[in-house]
Amino acid sequence: MQDATRIVATDCGSTTTKAILIERRDGEYRLSGRGEAPTTVEAPFDDVTVGVLNAVGELEELTGERFIERHPESRTPPPSPSPYTERGDLSKEARPGPRVSDVDLYLSTSSAGGGLQMLVTGVVKTMTAESAQRAALGAGAIVIDVIAVDDGRADYERIARIRSIRPDMILMSGGTEGGTVQHLLDTAELLVAADPRPRLGEAFRLPVIYAGNSAATDGVRQVLGDRVDLIVEENLRPQLEAENLGPARDAIHRLFLEHVMAQAPGYDKLLTWTSAPVMSTPRAVGEMVQLAAREEGVDVLAVDIGGATTDVFSVFGGQFNRTVSANLGLSYSVGNVLVEATTANIRRWVAAPVDEAALRNRLRNKMIRPTTIPQTVEDLLIEQAVAREAMRLALLHHGALASGLKGVQQARTMADLFTQASAGGTLVDMMSLGLIIGSGGVLSHAPRRQQAALMLIDAFEPQGVTRLAVDSIFMMPQLGVLSSVLPEVAMEVFQRDCLVPLGTVIAPVGRAREGEVILDWRIGGESGQLRAGELKRLPLMMGKGDSASRPYVEAELAPVRGLDVGAGKGRRWTGTVQGGAAGVILDGRGRPLTLPADEQERLRKLDEWMRTVGAMPGGPG
Amino acid sequence: MAVAYTPGLRVTSDTLIRRLRRLPIKGQVLVGAGQTVTADQVVARAEMPGILHTVRATQMLHIEPQELAPALLKQPGEAVQAGEVIAETKGLLGLFRSQLRSPVSGTIEEGSAVSGHVRIRERPRAVDLPAYIAGTVAEVIEGEGAEIEARGALVQGIFGVGGERWGVLRVVADKPDQALRAEALGKCEGCVIVGGAGADGRAIRAAAEAGAAGLVVGAVTDEALREYLGYEIGVAITGQEQVPMTLILTEGFGELAMAGRTWELLTSLNGRLASINGTTQIRAGVIRPEIVVTRQGASGDEAAAEPEQVLAVGSRVRVIREPNFGALGRVTALPVELMEIETESKVRVAMVELDGGSEVRVPRANVEVIQE
Repeated sequence: MQDATRIVATDCGSTTTKAILIERRDGEYRLSGRGEAPTTVEAPFDDVTVGVLNAVGELEELTGERFIERHPESRTPPPSPSPYTERGDLSKEARPGPRVSDVDLYLSTSSAGGGLQMLVTGVVKTMTAESAQRAALGAGAIVIDVIAVDDGRADYERIARIRSIRPDMILMSGGTEGGTVQHLLDTAELLVAADPRPRLGEAFRLPVIYAGNSAATDGVRQVLGDRVDLIVEENLRPQLEAENLGPARDAIHRLFLEHVMAQAPGYDKLLTWTSAPVMSTPRAVGEMVQLAAREEGVDVLAVDIGGATTDVFSVFGGQFNRTVSANLGLSYSVGNVLVEATTANIRRWVAAPVDEAALRNRLRNKMIRPTTIPQTVEDLLIEQAVAREAMRLALLHHGALASGLKGVQQARTMADLFTQASAGGTLVDMMSLGLIIGSGGVLSHAPRRQQAALMLIDAFEPQGVTRLAVDSIFMMPQLGVLSSVLPEVAMEVFQRDCLVPLGTVIAPVGRAREGEVILDWRIGGESGQLRAGELKRLPLMMGKGDSASRPYVEAELAPVRGLDVGAGKGRRWTGTVQGGAAGVILDGRGRPLTLPADEQERLRKLDEWMRTVGAMPGGPG
Repeated sequence: MAVAYTPGLRVTSDTLIRRLRRLPIKGQVLVGAGQTVTADQVVARAEMPGILHTVRATQMLHIEPQELAPALLKQPGEAVQAGEVIAETKGLLGLFRSQLRSPVSGTIEEGSAVSGHVRIRERPRAVDLPAYIAGTVAEVIEGEGAEIEARGALVQGIFGVGGERWGVLRVVADKPDQALRAEALGKCEGCVIVGGAGADGRAIRAAAEAGAAGLVVGAVTDEALREYLGYEIGVAITGQEQVPMTLILTEGFGELAMAGRTWELLTSLNGRLASINGTTQIRAGVIRPEIVVTRQGASGDEAAAEPEQVLAVGSRVRVIREPNFGALGRVTALPVELMEIETESKVRVAMVELDGGSEVRVPRANVEVIQE
């Protein structure tokens, strides 16, 4: 695999299957083609490989070469139940000879058919159930419900709920080692009473991963009997002070391949084509985000905003977290953004006078005709306003789950009495954050890159010095699965072809009066002052047409007393900052970012900010 | 030639309609293949299991789980009444006995020696599944339901709330761009009312209070919908709302006239029995709300295959986003190259001559083909 010169990778999404071709030329790995086709997991095709063949076919048209042998043998079903060994390698017997020929590696990710849908259970909602949720989300699942002893529902309500959802698998947790047994038995009995059915494959027993108190294992086994396919793993929360999510996550991934994927139409074939196990799309993105954080040595926040959901991935202090805001999106779920964010919060970002009732009707029309695109500037401003709010809310959800362990007793010092520091606080630290990566159509395909930069800044309110980038064609899934085989190659392509650097935002934090000087800056050969309430942009572009050329320039930032730009209050920050399509943005608007209450002043400010950054359609770039 | 991104909604006066009627759980099918059924006729019946209640017996009796079995006075499968003693401890020399009473009427399902809980299930609830459309039973699925088939008219809306209902279709507007007024309703109990352009909150409420089974209009405002439901819809998956009347929109939100073809078909069906369903799902496996009017005794022939909705020069289209939202026109050109629009995005466009005579450039994603 180390000598691979040609790699084809596909991502089978809910609606589109995307293929990329990576080739080694002159010692460098570069993206050399991409193709896409509708996903064919549903009727009338009922075979995911049709879409894969079509997407790869586009690559073939592009390069004039053939990568796939379309001979009848490729229709042969593979050995069941899984063509993989316990280690996750493709077993020799299962290797059917090259289906995808003339490439050294063929890899795939998948979220087709709604992805991996899981139900998790725990004892205490904010402790073991939250750990189980983190394990499932980290493994790339969508958590459709969390059952816990203190979830406020009666047993019959829980049973009705378990019945109504049809999860792909269940993760059962609860009880630290030496802790409760009774509650685990209660949960097992609930499952028996509900008799949940798997979403795919009626004839299969539902996989249940038990990763709770080991003392309850026998009792749980006795209660569940052979009604489900029980897999026992190490306790994912053996002590209140420690999580052990790895074994449960690995089990989820293994079962995803053996049960879920094997039941989905056409995946039996796909699993025999790939050179490494198929990965769920979110897990693959998570792998790539973690690799980027390790390689670059920074805290990373990545967001993928889609039509139905918004995924947030983060690595803070080396700890990885992922959340899915299942009902925050720009088309199918736009109505829910309206409900959760409120019209006023969406409207505040629109740099045009728009009536509240008209705004609501427009968003409802987008909800019922989700594939339409903004044609007028006003419509574009509304869509980007919704994106800001969806991302802001998704980060709030993320911050609540990406936290330290709750329920842990801490030795408190006198200082804690003043800082109110508590166990279970969020890990999300916008000041330590070094890189924000945005993906999803509204960011990756914004008419101007500056608009993507401003959306990310407004939604996340980064503090100090933070680089901004967008995933050019959403190829992080394919690179994530590639990183499981060739991490260096994945990183090389990630930096050269995947990430489009937008630039860097510099945001001093602290109290200041509007118009006061808050920062003396020197960036590259230029220098100046930033005032409170002001937004400035230094166009520091990349080399033309070459994303590999990424100018870094020296910067010296001296905040006034009481303000912090990353080195501490009033302390000088020196380092390098990166340019990009939006350049360096000096953001003196303060944190938290508040918009003027006066309608005219708000519109004037928004217009000024957009024009300063070069984000206003029709305005200077 | 290009396939339209946004599929047009079906508006047809004659098509073969098949509706699968399936019980939520196994039950009994009450009709046979070939049998003629009415919309309100029950075709299958099932008994939904009652609510399961957990009684933490051993905790309440202060005994160990393994001591539960001898304490139980009622065994699994036996019926119990609310308040009836279901378990009792022996006590000390027959004294100080602890008793456990059933909190509900139902059947003992289990007394667990592992957890020490007793589970009591309330009595089952009968679920009747109506035919929904008048027609013929095309197929029976043993223990699960039946497929009903009929020929007739089918109008798909764009969005709806409320589930399956049926009633006589009553057109109360004079033209498709006329908004429905509460005063124009008249007697409409059990009817499916067809308005024109839209209805405000007052008209919707008046129709529901008058006992209408359904209301079909071009559009309503988001505010009127919120007022009718009493809450805001988040995700566009509907059909389960507890509303007294099913509401179907044929065009969208705001103030939009009902499309001419939809209006003409619905007015031609005035006075006929219509089956309607507001269920909408706008994600994978799209479900749109519908109005079905079947013809008696007409079934059997296979429907002609639906023509693919191809966007071509000459296609009749409707613009489905601002500007010109709702305007009708005809495609005059489909440029191959990407073209810049007002937002500065470069997209595939269609050149459309609107009915007023002006020619506009519209992203292809923002038009829907109208069947002619």
